[in-house]
Amino acid sequence: MSDHAISLAAPHAAIRADASGPSGPKPRHVFSRRNIFLYGTLVVVALYYLLPLYVMVVTSLKGMPEIRLGNIFSPPLEITFEPWVKAWSQACTGLNCDGLSRGFWNSVRITVPSVILSIAIASVNGYALANWRFKGADTFFIILIVGAFIPYQVMIYPIVIILREIGLYGSLSGLVIVHSIFGMPILTLLFRNYFTSMPEELFRAARVDGAGFWGIYLRIMLPMSLPIFVVAVILQVTGIWNDFLFGVVYTRPDTYPMTVQLNNIVNSVQGVKEYNVNMAATILTGLVPLVVYFISGKLFVRGIAAGAVKG
Amino acid sequence: MAANGTSVSIQDLSLNFGAVSVLQTLNLDVAEGEFIVLLGPSGCGKSTLLNCIAGLLDISEGRIFIKGKNVTWEEPKDRGIGMVFQSYALYPQMTVEKNLSFGLRVAGVAKDDIAKRIARAAEILQIEPLLQRKPAALSGGQRQRVAIGRALVRDVDVFLFDEPLSNLDAKLRSELRVEIKLLHRKLQNTMIYVTHDQIEAMTLADRIAVMKGGVIQQLDAPQTIYNRPVNRFVAGFLGSPAMNFIEGQMETGTPAVFKAGDLAIPLDRYDFESAGKGGGPCVFGIRPEHVIFGEAANSMPFVTDATVEIVEPMGSDTLVWTKLGDRNFSFRVEAEKTLRNGDPIRIGFDPARASLFDTPSGNRM
Repeated sequence: MSDHAISLAAPHAAIRADASGPSGPKPRHVFSRRNIFLYGTLVVVALYYLLPLYVMVVTSLKGMPEIRLGNIFSPPLEITFEPWVKAWSQACTGLNCDGLSRGFWNSVRITVPSVILSIAIASVNGYALANWRFKGADTFFIILIVGAFIPYQVMIYPIVIILREIGLYGSLSGLVIVHSIFGMPILTLLFRNYFTSMPEELFRAARVDGAGFWGIYLRIMLPMSLPIFVVAVILQVTGIWNDFLFGVVYTRPDTYPMTVQLNNIVNSVQGVKEYNVNMAATILTGLVPLVVYFISGKLFVRGIAAGAVKG
Repeated sequence: MAANGTSVSIQDLSLNFGAVSVLQTLNLDVAEGEFIVLLGPSGCGKSTLLNCIAGLLDISEGRIFIKGKNVTWEEPKDRGIGMVFQSYALYPQMTVEKNLSFGLRVAGVAKDDIAKRIARAAEILQIEPLLQRKPAALSGGQRQRVAIGRALVRDVDVFLFDEPLSNLDAKLRSELRVEIKLLHRKLQNTMIYVTHDQIEAMTLADRIAVMKGGVIQQLDAPQTIYNRPVNRFVAGFLGSPAMNFIEGQMETGTPAVFKAGDLAIPLDRYDFESAGKGGGPCVFGIRPEHVIFGEAANSMPFVTDATVEIVEPMGSDTLVWTKLGDRNFSFRVEAEKTLRNGDPIRIGFDPARASLFDTPSGNRM
């Protein structure tokens, strides 16, 4: 053993004595061609996306006289929050002149129940489809997925009639039901794939332990599926908050969601175009999805990956 | 073993997935306190059979009795079984203690009773220091111990093991194998154990059921299965290194002789399954460790000369490959013997230790 050690050490020592040649971590060049190209592209793309936002913020902080000068890229000479206040509480949409605040609360009252309802139903759907293979499960799943590819426009009028017949047309609960139904295909697919990727033996062990359909769902599956729930919440919050079509079709002026109100403010043809108010109103409307993304960005990416691996 | 009465009884069980028949009218009686190993290659239906016993798969035909009670339509939890899975299947968000108690909490067992049972299981399996940890913070061996504990706390009559050691490395596997055997001796429960590892099967089982294609080929004590396999599949599946097979003809007469090329092996010492077998094509099988080498070979009823082809040292002994006629033939020698490729050798064996299989049916003769 010791003979070996000595015979190995000898050539090693010779190599050691020669201090030239690569050693330690590989040096990285900050200004390599690859880096310049990579970061250059990133900077250009980032500017391309951020410039409109910059114009919006800057314009919303200017007064109308300053806007009329036409320098849309220049920062405001005199910062004013007047347009923001006006957009939130005074801008006129149709008959009401109480600004976007009404639409904001309408949107909250539409989004919160829709998100909770659609995710609650879709997660149980996905769980049942993944773990409790019932007869006709595959057919049911295919029908549901086909639903995701039917254009919304086709179904608008039939749904108007259905809502009218059950007396929910024009009400917020009617719109909540519509959003929940339309979220079903994609959310069910998302949850089914996630639950399918969980080890089958876990489910079997829980059955041997005596847990039933709801017991396994609530005590085993739910605690393990936070990432996919985050993804579903983000998808639904942004989707429903940003919805315009259903909002304008299924609600009345006093129950319009924020997006519809924004459109009415920006597209009003009477009087002077108040660009600063329009910009402030647009930023206000887009703020909710933005905040959601910023808070949960990391979880979102992780969850998308988790749901996407196995199909 | 307290072998009084039947613990698990499977009667005419069949299972079909659509047109595919996975298990065919299978019958199996497991005695009280017996350790049965279901052994077979992958896809033979052994895990499927275990899932049927557990109630995790609905069967197509037949009945299953556990402790004399017909449980064919019962839910898994009502069958009095505990199951240990290959992937451990521990609930990742619960601590070890919560994992152990989950089944009891679902069943609504009183709190102090749960604590008592967990303490006992933890003591038996020596996992007391791990109780507050999550499964992610355990090693493979510890996880499998917890998984066994989960079956243990439920105070079940029958333990079902689905390849519990397959995910562990070789060293841990042999350690846990001994622990499972000790556990069985301590608890005296009925255990049904699925594996594809013949060493686990040989060391653990009271009886082994060798399966192939959804049919139990042979159900016997390990030694019987090893020494008197009922057919060529069982003979080839058990034993590592594998049995040597020589295809040839049997010629009747006194004594009967097995002939393959210029090889003639007298069969007067062979114990035929049934007397008066005629001649015909058959396969002669002899295990490598039943072949005698060197001077001692001269006293055997069959002796021949050969040349060493390849030597495989395995540590405890050495496997030597040679040719008998034109067929590869292996035998074991002690590790101290130094043989080199090309050495001439003399080998012999006693046909009484061999197995003879009818070629068309593959059955033992």
